[in-house]
Amino acid sequence: MHDVVIRTQELSKHFGAFVAVDKISFDVPAGEIFGFLGANGAGKTTAMRMLSGLSRPTSGAATVAGFDVFTQPEEIKRTIGYMSQKFSLYEDLTVRENITFFGGIYGLSDSAIKEKSDLLIEQLGLQGEVKKLVGSLPLGWKQKLAFSVAMIHDPKIVFLDEPTGGVDPLTRRQFWELIYAAADRGVTIFVTTHYMDEAEYCHRVSIMVDGAIKALDTPRDLKQTYQAPTMDAVFYHLARGAQRSAD
Amino acid sequence: MNQLLTFIRKEFLHVLRDRKTLLILFGLPIVQILLFGFALTNEVRNANIAIIDDAHDEASRSIIGMIAASRSFHAHALPGGHSSIDETFRSSGVKLIVLFPANFNTDLMHTQRARVQIIADASDPNTASTLTTYVSAIIADYQKARVQTTSLPYTISTNVRMLYNPQLKGAPNFVPGVMALVLMLVCVMMTSIAIVREKELGTMEILLVSPFKPMLVIVAKVVPYLLLSLVNVASILVLSVYVLDLPVQGSVVLLVAVSTVFIITSLALGLLISTITNSQQTAMLFSMMGMLLPTTLFSGFMFPIENMPLPLQIISNVVPARWYYIIVKSVMIKGLGFTAIWRELLVLVGMTGLLIVISLRKFKVRLA
Amino acid sequence: MRTLLFLLRKEFRQIFRNVTILRMILLMPVMQLLILPNAANFEVKNITVCIVDHDHSVGSQRLVTSITASGYFKLALATPSYRDAMQLIEADKADLILEIPNGFDRNLVRDNKQTLFIAVNAINGVKANLGAAYLNTIITQYNAQLRTQWIQPTRFGPVSQIEISALNKFNPYLNYKVYMVPGIMAFLVTMVAAYLSALNIVKEKESGTIEQINVTPIRKYQFILGKLIPFWVLGLVVFTIGLLVMRFVYGIVPEGSVFLLYGFAVVYIFSVLGMGLLVSTYAETQQQAMFVAFFFIMIFIMLGGLFTSIDSMPAWAQVITRFNPVRYFIEVMRMVVIRGSTFDDIKMHFLAVIGMGIVLNGWAVLNYRKTS
Repeated sequence: MHDVVIRTQELSKHFGAFVAVDKISFDVPAGEIFGFLGANGAGKTTAMRMLSGLSRPTSGAATVAGFDVFTQPEEIKRTIGYMSQKFSLYEDLTVRENITFFGGIYGLSDSAIKEKSDLLIEQLGLQGEVKKLVGSLPLGWKQKLAFSVAMIHDPKIVFLDEPTGGVDPLTRRQFWELIYAAADRGVTIFVTTHYMDEAEYCHRVSIMVDGAIKALDTPRDLKQTYQAPTMDAVFYHLARGAQRSAD
Repeated sequence: MNQLLTFIRKEFLHVLRDRKTLLILFGLPIVQILLFGFALTNEVRNANIAIIDDAHDEASRSIIGMIAASRSFHAHALPGGHSSIDETFRSSGVKLIVLFPANFNTDLMHTQRARVQIIADASDPNTASTLTTYVSAIIADYQKARVQTTSLPYTISTNVRMLYNPQLKGAPNFVPGVMALVLMLVCVMMTSIAIVREKELGTMEILLVSPFKPMLVIVAKVVPYLLLSLVNVASILVLSVYVLDLPVQGSVVLLVAVSTVFIITSLALGLLISTITNSQQTAMLFSMMGMLLPTTLFSGFMFPIENMPLPLQIISNVVPARWYYIIVKSVMIKGLGFTAIWRELLVLVGMTGLLIVISLRKFKVRLA
Repeated sequence: MRTLLFLLRKEFRQIFRNVTILRMILLMPVMQLLILPNAANFEVKNITVCIVDHDHSVGSQRLVTSITASGYFKLALATPSYRDAMQLIEADKADLILEIPNGFDRNLVRDNKQTLFIAVNAINGVKANLGAAYLNTIITQYNAQLRTQWIQPTRFGPVSQIEISALNKFNPYLNYKVYMVPGIMAFLVTMVAAYLSALNIVKEKESGTIEQINVTPIRKYQFILGKLIPFWVLGLVVFTIGLLVMRFVYGIVPEGSVFLLYGFAVVYIFSVLGMGLLVSTYAETQQQAMFVAFFFIMIFIMLGGLFTSIDSMPAWAQVITRFNPVRYFIEVMRMVVIRGSTFDDIKMHFLAVIGMGIVLNGWAVLNYRKTS
């Protein structure tokens, strides 16, 4: 078994009286593709924001790559990559300008930036679009580019918040190929999604309902436990009793 | 119809949810009225003036006493040494220096002639000439008192009546201006930005492909601003009546009616801006440049239009606020009725019609 | 340091990419500087007087002539009755009514006194006051002329006279533009700097890119500096354009040092940008940021002494103006450009603006949270 890179113990986040995340505890070993499932409003994004240092937990404990989320959020940020459901590259900069910018922000040297961006552009097949504004690219390409940019500083862990929202199945497939390639290089992938077919691609899956984790196992074991033919059915079984509806 | 109401309610919720903006929307007219009413004035008051008295005699002291008693000035003595006059202007807030030469009284008694020197800081020409006039008037008064002539023959006196505003307050002039400004601001900026924002976020497309008619989408968008603006009109009127003591001389109903027309004019302008811009920033700059500035400049409440060069006077005619300002002044301050304002109202209605037609046409083109 | 360079490069790229905005930033001040000083003229002139002459005598005719000859007044259409004249006032076609009573000339001789009636449209109090004063002066002069004509001069003994010699320093021709242009420049620089900075961070919030920034190891001060410096440069560009327009269009050459002006502009823009950034960190949408910024800028400008004098304000308002950066810039512009004030004269202004700049920017950095 690999080292544990993400560990949470009874991690909670309250917004006033509202408990967004309720005492979640789990470990993620290095190199795993860890799926984080849940209906809209179940608390997935909040949990991910706490782990990536964007949001301060209310109580509990958690470490990411050995750093404490309470006291060392900036150190965490240095070691992780992050891509949110809201597309987050600068639309009024070109493909290369975006890559250069984020490379620079993460402190890569000029030669490293050059090397990385050439490699990246080639891998994504964007040679023809280098000088185009990101805003003019199709959504699928934007997302692949955003993922690659989130990986530009070779992070140990990548957080992906609903990375494939709104794109066609073919593009989603290509996107997951990128994820697999990263995982093969030993990168830990923490991904939220509400596409149940994507859950099948994960090594392990946790299902969140109303802020708490209801189940956590490999997709195969989950299906077995709940006597369900698909992850869809597992999810339906667990989420049926949810109190919170989508916002 | 029911559908429209649901839609309007949704738009209302959007507007009401943004508390900070709402606070500003309602705070704006209040702050403006209070500032104009109590802080800002074109009058010259408490101007710093310095006096160099090289005479130290009875005549100079009497004049200084009269100057010190005026509320237009804040007078203080400046020790001699005339070389420092430029320095005084540069480093302190002194606006005018009055200089009495030595032997002032003696000269006046024996040669019948004496000279007072007034040196004004003319960086601000208005203040300089006003202060010079005031000081000269005080000296003239002193002279008159000295001569002590008893009743001159053939006296023409005047009986002056100040119409509409006997106490010469600032409020009657600026309250109508503030109304024009606030309505313009709220309507043009808010609508243009609200619509462009939906374009930017892509939600406009969703609304437009809904079975709802585009026309109704627009109506639903502007209705909340129409109502908010009417609330602003009400709050300005209440403030001016109860805080500034400026009653509405004419018909309140007529005033609200013309204000509604002006609000619609402004909404149409906002709509037009939203059809020709694509980002909130551009829409904002457009509203600032295209609306707010001309409104402040050309409505006539800040700067007299008749003083402007001819090209600017001509431009001022196409600014809706100018006409609205005249109407509000007529109805609210002069107490005139519909017969006195129908021409201005007609201009305003004509402009509104034109704006609506143009912006709807532009809007349709964009859809096609 | 290197991170900052990347941030700056990105900000400048974004600014130059948006040509519409860039053009507006640069053209708008020029246009305003060309229009505003011509429009903003408070001088009271062009007062229209409507004369209702019931007397139609030689005397009343002479009075009317001396009024028109004074140059202060324009004559409106003569009307036969006060009521007709009132209609002209209502329609804003006249500002003043002078009613000369029937038998004015004759009765002046017989009764030794006569009263003229003046009605003034006083909605604009300042104009009304001055108009009435001018008219009174003319009537008094006319009166004095009459006396010297009708009475033997010998009856007057020698009257002692105080001569007043008035001197106008710094602006001898009382050119209003000399006063307004430097003030308006201060106003324009303020607008550009405050708005752009107020909108900028919010724009990243709205588009979601700020999340991506927040999850990087970037430092808060780096991010804020990255936002500040480009607008600082733009503000100085606008300032330079303004100086050129002032010099070549209005022919105003600063009496004082141009370097001193730039020195002050540098610290001033810093503090205004701080204000904008502060708004930006509090606001959630661009619309909101814009309105909040507008609200404060409006108050700052109104209380900045641009159009109305600060000395004339009541004490409480004067206290508020001490915390208003705009006030200091307007003052400094006028002091240095018109009066040639030196650093020594404006050092307190420097101190005040630097102080405000530190507070505002510090507050903005503290309030910008990478972790919520």
